[in-house]
Amino acid sequence: MVEPLLRTDRLIKRFGGLVATDTVSIDVRPGEIHALIGPNGAGKTTLVSQLTGNLKPDAGRIHFAGRDVTHLPMHARVRLGLARSFQITAVLREFSALDNVALAVQAHDGHSFRFLADARRDERLRAPARQRLADVGLAARADALASALSHGEQRQLEIAMALAGDPSLLLLDEPMAGMGVEESLRLIAFLRDLKGRRAMLLIEHDMDAVFQLADRVTVLVYGRAIASGTPAEIRANPDVRQAYLGDEAA
Amino acid sequence: MMAAHMTTALRTPRGLATAVLLILLAVLPLLTQAFDQRYLLSIGTRIVIWSIAAISLNMILGYGGLVSFGHAVFFGVGGYAVGILGANGISAGWIQWPVAILAAALWAAVIGALSLRTRGLYFIMITLAFAQLVYYVGAGLEAYGGDDGLNISRSRFSGLIDLRDKASFYWLCFVLLCGTLWFCSRFANARFGLVIRGAKSNDLRMMALGFPVFRYRLVAFTIAGAFGGLSGILLANEGAYISPAMMSWVKSGDLIVIVVMGGMGTLFGPLYGAIAFFVLEETLKPLLDLGHRGWGEYWQIVFGPMLVLIALYARGGIDSLLGRRHG
Repeated sequence: MVEPLLRTDRLIKRFGGLVATDTVSIDVRPGEIHALIGPNGAGKTTLVSQLTGNLKPDAGRIHFAGRDVTHLPMHARVRLGLARSFQITAVLREFSALDNVALAVQAHDGHSFRFLADARRDERLRAPARQRLADVGLAARADALASALSHGEQRQLEIAMALAGDPSLLLLDEPMAGMGVEESLRLIAFLRDLKGRRAMLLIEHDMDAVFQLADRVTVLVYGRAIASGTPAEIRANPDVRQAYLGDEAA
Repeated sequence: MMAAHMTTALRTPRGLATAVLLILLAVLPLLTQAFDQRYLLSIGTRIVIWSIAAISLNMILGYGGLVSFGHAVFFGVGGYAVGILGANGISAGWIQWPVAILAAALWAAVIGALSLRTRGLYFIMITLAFAQLVYYVGAGLEAYGGDDGLNISRSRFSGLIDLRDKASFYWLCFVLLCGTLWFCSRFANARFGLVIRGAKSNDLRMMALGFPVFRYRLVAFTIAGAFGGLSGILLANEGAYISPAMMSWVKSGDLIVIVVMGGMGTLFGPLYGAIAFFVLEETLKPLLDLGHRGWGEYWQIVFGPMLVLIALYARGGIDSLLGRRHG
């Protein structure tokens, strides 16, 4: 059995009386895609926010890359190789697409207490950034302002930024949200191509995408992981069909 | 390549206007002497000093999106450091100035460490509160003039330059302004500046990219404080006088007005803003006094609506009126 890259141990997060994360223990192994599905309000984004360090869990531990990261701040986790894309597109709108990715590269190139040299002429940042943009199919839009990109292009840019630091684990929070069919298909192909080289925790509503991509699926309902298994097992699980796939299966 | 860069810059209205402006500023003492307008030189000196302060505020407000409402405190820290050292027999600028700049930077680090954990209105109020704290400390220093302030002797530089000579002092300020502009132009496009600007755009995103945003902001705040302290040193030497009024919240507000009016997050915006501010102050007062003696006191009744118009119709400030930016 391979040592998991990411592991949560009985994670609990409460908001007042609401238990948003209820004793969740999941893991992601190197190179696999683990999908997290569940109805709206199931606590998927809350869980991801604890993994990245946005939110502090009330109880439980988070282990990443062999370390207990439960109390590490967000930027320190990113340094260890954990990257995230956001559910709501969060690119830096006033910067060009290339600037966005170059900043992501810069975040992994030592400290940024450099005050004089022009960072926009620094090939150590620009060359890998251009490569990442080409990887996600945005090379032609390198000089466009991020705010001028279409919604789908902004999602591609998000992925390019997340990949810039060569992370071992990608947390993808609804990467297909708001994308057209064609863009979704292209992104699915891209993620499938990436599989094996990077582990991914994928939160997605598009079930087609989930069942095509995922090695394992965990179903979250009211903060609890009610089932976990291969896509085929999840499809066949009666609890899941009742709780979540309900109307689709009927 | 540098020369090619400069000639293309000169072809834009912005580049041309800036070049003419800098040349005018460089020869201002010659002009005021030729036309025998000594008073204009003293306005020019104040514009240059306030520009340095406004540029330093712009580093955190314009580029960093941090609305610090207590930036005049660095006028005070810089000025009082000079005044207090001078009153205790240390009049050498070689000692006074580094101590004053260090004190301003240290105080900025303290304010930053406590205020940068908050945001929005809280940040504004905390920076204001810290400035007021120092203001009242200054007013309470009876040995150094208390409320009334204190006449000081100007810093001495071993006979190298006499700060009592108006033209020499102006040129010193102008050279320091150029240095500040140079640093700001480098800083804004260096790795550090891009982190600060990225955090203005979306600080959560920057943290998710792996930047410890707080640390970078704290250093930016400290640098801004150091340059603010420099402007305080100059202000104290300009009038040979320090008083708590240097750092009243009104001055902090004036600095914000200058930066916003000139163009936040632009290199020359604070300079345009400072010129506009002082020129308007100096012209509106006598104009209003023409209408009725004493009305000049209330020049801000006219100035206020002008600001509202700028806020409504020229969001990029004066800088945006000079056309599109090219970098």
